[in-house]
Amino acid sequence: MSTIERSSRQSPQLRPPKATLSARKRFSEENVAKVLFVVPAAVFLLLFFGYPVVKNITMSMQEYTTRTFFTGEAPWVGFQNYVAVFGSNLFVPALANTALFTIGSIAGQFVIGLALASFFRRRFPLSNFLRSMLLLPWLLPLIVGSATWRSILDQDSGILNRFLEALGLIQEPIPWLTSPAVALTAVIIVNIWVGIPFNVTILYGGLQDIPEELYEAAALDGATGWKAFRHITWPSLRPVVSVVLVLGVVYTIKVLDIILGLTNGGPANATQTLAVRSYQKSFIDFDFGVGAAYSNILIVISLLFALIYLRANRRAVDE
Amino acid sequence: MLFPIYWMINASLQPSGNTLTAGIFPTNPSFAGYETAISQQGKNLITSLVVSAGTVVFSLAIAAPAAYALAQFRFRWINAALLAILISQMIPGIVIANALYAAYNDLGLLNSIPGLILADATHAIPFAILILRAFMIGIPPSLVEAARVDGAGLVRAFFSIVLPISRNSIITAGLFSFLFSWSDFLFALTLTTTQDVRPVTLGIYQYLGSEVSNWSAVMATAVLSSLPAIVLLLIAQKYIAAGATGGAVK
Repeated sequence: MSTIERSSRQSPQLRPPKATLSARKRFSEENVAKVLFVVPAAVFLLLFFGYPVVKNITMSMQEYTTRTFFTGEAPWVGFQNYVAVFGSNLFVPALANTALFTIGSIAGQFVIGLALASFFRRRFPLSNFLRSMLLLPWLLPLIVGSATWRSILDQDSGILNRFLEALGLIQEPIPWLTSPAVALTAVIIVNIWVGIPFNVTILYGGLQDIPEELYEAAALDGATGWKAFRHITWPSLRPVVSVVLVLGVVYTIKVLDIILGLTNGGPANATQTLAVRSYQKSFIDFDFGVGAAYSNILIVISLLFALIYLRANRRAVDE
Repeated sequence: MLFPIYWMINASLQPSGNTLTAGIFPTNPSFAGYETAISQQGKNLITSLVVSAGTVVFSLAIAAPAAYALAQFRFRWINAALLAILISQMIPGIVIANALYAAYNDLGLLNSIPGLILADATHAIPFAILILRAFMIGIPPSLVEAARVDGAGLVRAFFSIVLPISRNSIITAGLFSFLFSWSDFLFALTLTTTQDVRPVTLGIYQYLGSEVSNWSAVMATAVLSSLPAIVLLLIAQKYIAAGATGGAVK
């Protein structure tokens, strides 16, 4: 919209000769048409991203419950909802679980993703086909992944326990999803599986951009294998790595589908994260004020990483 | 990596029952699970299909003109707009769901297909704008100029020149819009409260409830709801690969 303002502000100074008047009119009509190209998207982004963010901020300072939907009243309570969040005995565990879940998932996804990406760098028959089939876990609905893993991790008859028992690695079946001691680990394993395709795709792209000559030159100097990786691959891949890691954090921190499908935040709150808390407060307890307070904490953390992402990305472009 | 997917198909072909004593191969394939799945989830599958198709149309209609404008028009605030789009992709869905539930409740959009289409478009539109813009930035302005000289307006040039050349990137953006919407679970969970409008992702979630009683039906539903992704990956590999690399960085 600033374009319109600018052109109307500037046009009197231009003082065009009369002959071009109609051209000028066409010019401003053109500007209106141009702006119309972006208006629908701008309105949508404002309504479906801008409004929710603002609404969450106001909601988090209100007592916003089922009653609100009947009476339309949402009494202003200031920071009371935040006090409730920070005072809740689930807050610290949820924060710790969010951190463990995020760090564990990202570490696993990244290491396996990098290994697979390097593997696919050597072309072999069907490598392209296999690499794109690898995208499947990422393209499937997450809840499908949850359902499948629920059956694999089932304590009594799940294939994983049966397999481990057959190998003699375990004596007793492991209660993957029903014991507070291992549930978070199980959820992290599933989330690693979901995230690997994304990591492989981006890292493979990064590896492809490293010129082959660098490796040839290094091989002449005797740097191959691990040495080549340390001195050529890793430094050249650095910008891509930071983008992958930061985006990974931003995407992982808000994961809800997998946890709800596998454990629903249980057993004994062992897999509660900030996102799960926010969902349960709003949509199970119908305490939208507190739910919004949780999701605002989530936004602040995401934005922090978004800033890191933008800096990392800018550096990646500059280099 | 692909074992769980094999296992899902294998488990779906086992004779129905509440145990998971499946063999490694479906030696005795039974389609009982699929019969149950289709009779119980058939309607939900259709709901998902309608919502996803709607999301594709709506998202492309909004994203394509915006992407073209961001690629080719010289607005001063383009960088700010791109930044806003990038950040919007990072806003957790639960934030949007929180606010939309209250708004939809007032507007009567809860339990409605248009309500779900609009909400699912939040997954699709920012992504589609970025993917389409990345392609459209490479369209030589002279192509459009030529049409303009012949008297075509901006809008007509967009429809007759820009959209046809961008066909591939539009297919990519459309495919991903479909998959995003088809996979959506959060909005299905929060913005529907009755059985009337119920995407299949939520159907699976309800199966998973506390105790799973009929694994073959659950897995058959899981297979049916994986079909779009599997089919699209097989027949439209090139478009999917383009989206997977293009969407994530920049």
